[in-house]
Amino acid sequence: MDIIRKIWNALPFPDQTKRLLIIFVFFITGWLVVRHHLVPPTFGQRGYYRAAAVDSIAALPISFVGQSQCVECHVDEGAVKTASYHRDVSCEVCHGPGAKHLDDPSANSLLPAKERTLCTVCHSYTASKPTGFPQIEPLTHNPADPCIKCHNPHDPKPPTTPSACGACHGEIARTKSVSHHASLECTFCHQTQELHKISPRAAIPGKPANRDFCGGCHSRSADSPKEIPRVDMDSHGDGHLCWQCHYPHYPEAL
Amino acid sequence: MDRREMEISRREFFQKAALSGTLLFIIGPKVKDSVAQVTESGETITHHYAMGIQVDKCIGCGRCVNGCKIENNVPREPFFYRTWIERYVITVDGDVVVDSPDGGISGFPETKEKDAILRSFFIPKLCNHCANPPCVQVCPVGATFSTEEGVVLVDKDYCIGCRYCIQACPYGARFLNPETKTADKCTFCYHRLAKGLVPACVEVCPTRARIFGEIGVRSSQLTRFMRFNELQVLKPDLNTEPRVFYANLDGAVK
Repeated sequence: MDIIRKIWNALPFPDQTKRLLIIFVFFITGWLVVRHHLVPPTFGQRGYYRAAAVDSIAALPISFVGQSQCVECHVDEGAVKTASYHRDVSCEVCHGPGAKHLDDPSANSLLPAKERTLCTVCHSYTASKPTGFPQIEPLTHNPADPCIKCHNPHDPKPPTTPSACGACHGEIARTKSVSHHASLECTFCHQTQELHKISPRAAIPGKPANRDFCGGCHSRSADSPKEIPRVDMDSHGDGHLCWQCHYPHYPEAL
Repeated sequence: MDRREMEISRREFFQKAALSGTLLFIIGPKVKDSVAQVTESGETITHHYAMGIQVDKCIGCGRCVNGCKIENNVPREPFFYRTWIERYVITVDGDVVVDSPDGGISGFPETKEKDAILRSFFIPKLCNHCANPPCVQVCPVGATFSTEEGVVLVDKDYCIGCRYCIQACPYGARFLNPETKTADKCTFCYHRLAKGLVPACVEVCPTRARIFGEIGVRSSQLTRFMRFNELQVLKPDLNTEPRVFYANLDGAVK
């Protein structure tokens, strides 16, 4: 006690200041103890936050591994896709996230990706999509068939004529398919440039220009199978064009 | 104690004031710098992550929304999003209609007659990772913060779920995660960046509408994007300095 008294007397302040000092020391110590227990350990190391939170977020597991990992094993698919219109479409967009597959390929297989919905999610028509992006109307574009029946998703190409005219002109194709003209290819009457498939409005297909085109099969003198109905081109139809009365895609209709 | 002993001369006072001021001026910023720029391994960080969005390439397929939900375990329902797509339809009458059904995760059903649309487009949105983030300012506990790389993160173990940051975000990029009951938002897939990958939404975007990279790194896709496009940010008047840059952004977008 004597030592404390000596120190007390030795301090060069008035008594009331010394007592105030004790209260200050008490509160500051208390505040330091409370702060030590309440503030998380790494708080303030890098800024006004817990530095450990950054590390715990950075350590979260990933789901999508990235295309470069896929093509390490799937070399052939990668090579085909790199040169195709789908080169920017990552594998995992259609096949799903591949992290588990990468860990154990045999136990965790990915989606085979054969459904139409995987294609229509991008390629169904919406007025808001950018001009030039290839779009179809899923309800009329071969609704019963899977897309991969005609299109290779790793190397999609604009389809070829004539079987694929119906891809866009589905209504005409379906009408024609039950008519007497079913066996005629579209290109028999419509001269279609290759460009039309890529840029439809830049190269509009041709149409028959006159009666003589139909007469090529249907006139009395035509060199065509005898079951084809014949008319006298000079007297039939009063000089009207054939398609003013007959619908060429369904000629038996009146 | 004589009162005279306590007094200091005017000269002494100015000397001490000048000395302590100089000391504070030199030491203060030094201390702050050493905290902010050096990592645990001692190397100085130079990343400044940013995202570019090419609006005219977005097809509104919602793969980014889907990919983000998978990668970050965002609850599928109710519909909360770290990234989402908005469809803007400007009608011939001059109305601006904005919608985002389920964040665009399953595409956009046609809502307007084609003839009624003047122009229409999709806008992908996400946290802008502002350099001057209002959400960080309002957090009362320091649970949300900007990392040295300029990524705004949420410390979910420290967040108290007060929702101030959700109110403060001018872009509506934050939500209260119904499972953790804490604030949640886009992290630029910080856990993927740490592994050298790009964010999941960038990885799965089939048209490369999203571009990710670091500001100031030459010969990168982001630098090329920023060099060759006229860039806009969302709500520039708020001085938040977003790090998500939009190219070909329509004036109608808010």
